[in-house]
Amino acid sequence: MSGVRVLVGTRKGAFILTSDGKRERWEVNGPHFGGWEMYHLKASPADPNRLYASQTSGWFGQIMQRSSDGGKTWETVGNKFIYDGVPGTHQWYDGTPHPWEFKRVWHLEPSLTDPDTVYAGVEDAAMFRTTDGAQTWHELKGLREDGTGKQWSPGAGGLGLHTILIDPTNPKRIFIAISAAGAFRTDDGGGTWRPINKGLVSPQIPNPTAEVGHCVHRIALHRSRPDTLFMQKHWDVMRTDNGGEEWREVSGNLPTDFGFVIDVHAHEPETIFVVPIKSDSEHYPPEGKLRVYRSRTGGHEWEPLTKGLPQSNCYVNVLRDAMAVDSMDKCGIYFGTTGGQVYGSADGGDSWNAIVHDLPAVLSVEVQTLR
Amino acid sequence: MIRIVLPHHLRTLARVDGEVTIEIEGQATQRAILDALEARYPVLQGTIRDHGTLKRRPYLRFYACEEDWSHAAPDAPLPASVAAGVEPFLVIGAMAGG
Repeated sequence: MSGVRVLVGTRKGAFILTSDGKRERWEVNGPHFGGWEMYHLKASPADPNRLYASQTSGWFGQIMQRSSDGGKTWETVGNKFIYDGVPGTHQWYDGTPHPWEFKRVWHLEPSLTDPDTVYAGVEDAAMFRTTDGAQTWHELKGLREDGTGKQWSPGAGGLGLHTILIDPTNPKRIFIAISAAGAFRTDDGGGTWRPINKGLVSPQIPNPTAEVGHCVHRIALHRSRPDTLFMQKHWDVMRTDNGGEEWREVSGNLPTDFGFVIDVHAHEPETIFVVPIKSDSEHYPPEGKLRVYRSRTGGHEWEPLTKGLPQSNCYVNVLRDAMAVDSMDKCGIYFGTTGGQVYGSADGGDSWNAIVHDLPAVLSVEVQTLR
Repeated sequence: MIRIVLPHHLRTLARVDGEVTIEIEGQATQRAILDALEARYPVLQGTIRDHGTLKRRPYLRFYACEEDWSHAAPDAPLPASVAAGVEPFLVIGAMAGG
């Protein structure tokens, strides 16, 4: 029987939400690793029982977990993330040089074909890869040494590599995004990288159209169109149709084009979802109304989706890794809030229900479609 | 025999209850104790001391015999009562909210 498994990372542990294909009744399992910040959990597309999780703590540092039974049991795996060579410096918030220091793993992206190969995006920004099921990790240092690394500076949340997208048609082509450096692409499996930020405009940096320095919050793609990427930037929703060679703004009629998440409908490559957030510092929905906005036209024209979402006195945030879609016949969309709610829609966003109300602040949401 | 008291989350990681006891050869120092602890429980590598530098993580403290040893040299001899297992070596998480 088909179903879905939603993997939720929170500030105080991980939770696994499971349901059948109807997605009406849910079983909630957790907390796993209670008390730890679970930045991200993600399953291998090649083996749905193989899960990876990033477990972190300001006290005890980075721990990595792996499950081979769909999250029923976990084993601790390698946590040694050492930059390759002498890492040197990036820029601090005030532009002064600051040494590269590993802090945590923000994002895990398992290979599309090999359950033992996983990419990890870390803070301070770098890309690591394991090919032995997370026992050992090795930096793909070409990214940090692409020539612009010395100019990267952290966003308010840190210098985190938070998005990794593997081209389904060419696994050697990988897109990543770093706050606040921008988006980058490799065409050779991670050996060499280059910035892909042409078209981004960020008035917060000295040269608003600089090659790097843009605070990209999230990028997303549909597996059938790997040249088309959608981006939620600090401000502005953007798209590219040539693999990042050039971006254009598609914010259109959004009430604010600030936000963190962006995702693409599983079956409609031009249908995208964002959650507008008020900023620069408020980081809650405009007017206290939690609204997902959907565009069926790849941007520009957006409609608010409100059915089942709180439309008054709602002041939560939706963080960058906290939205995911399933690939059931009727695409399901899920997102988690800093208020501890995980909302799900089983009808493409038309209506929403809170699967859980009272978890710790949600850091990440991923979903597996189980068949 | 040397007794070590770990914070709750490290006991969970190492899958131990209560105090940990280890045997070391030679002088009882922070480095010798932590090397032996990590050898017995590899999952603790990187959680008390940073990988590579082996520096104490900033939110952890080391106490023994009601004294703070956090800033002592890693190779400084610990009190005889710790070496004899009379008093434990304590790894303490700094008090912090959140």
